[in-house]
Amino acid sequence: MSHGFLALAIVAAQCLLLLAMACSLMRMVRGPRAQDRVLALDALYVNAMLLLLCIGIRTGSALYVEAGLIIALLGFAGTLAFAKFLLRGEVIE
Amino acid sequence: MNHLDALPPWAAVLVGLLVMLGAGFAFVGSLGLLRLRDFYKRVHAPTLGTTLGAFFMLAGSITCFSVAEGRAIFYEVLIGVFLTLTTPITLMLLVRAALYRNRVEEQQAPAAETRQKPMP
Repeated sequence: MSHGFLALAIVAAQCLLLLAMACSLMRMVRGPRAQDRVLALDALYVNAMLLLLCIGIRTGSALYVEAGLIIALLGFAGTLAFAKFLLRGEVIE
Repeated sequence: MNHLDALPPWAAVLVGLLVMLGAGFAFVGSLGLLRLRDFYKRVHAPTLGTTLGAFFMLAGSITCFSVAEGRAIFYEVLIGVFLTLTTPITLMLLVRAALYRNRVEEQQAPAAETRQKPMP
């Protein structure tokens, strides 16, 4: 009974995270300006990391946690670089 | 799903609840990112996923692996510490960039417009 609930909860959580990724992807496609797209990319990174953690719980392998850590790290670096570019890219123009 | 069946029932229910809560918070945050109208409003929404969503998901992961292996595993705390450290930095930089871009656009706009709030 409780294990059935756990399996169902994990599948539901994966579906919810997929929907969240779809939402942020839609914002990234639609976003009126560049900062909206960068923000949506950041949200997409975080949602992908949570999805990886969820898959890790489902399969019981600790490797997914490391993958999530790497995604968090690279997402931080990427968003930081984008923000710096937005801040300074127009000075040159 | 062999290792999940080895969990005791209370741990299974707890992990299920935590995972569902975390995913729900992340989904609500991304929905807010999609639905809100203003960039400065939109900045607030995904932080729901990075704080509460990540917290509940990491708590579920810690509970699952700790109970399954029979010893305390705090490996996932690293991700939580990293997220709480980096999210404010990135969002503050992003908002500063957006403010700068709006201000530059306002200056380049035709001077006929009197001082209005920048439309993001």
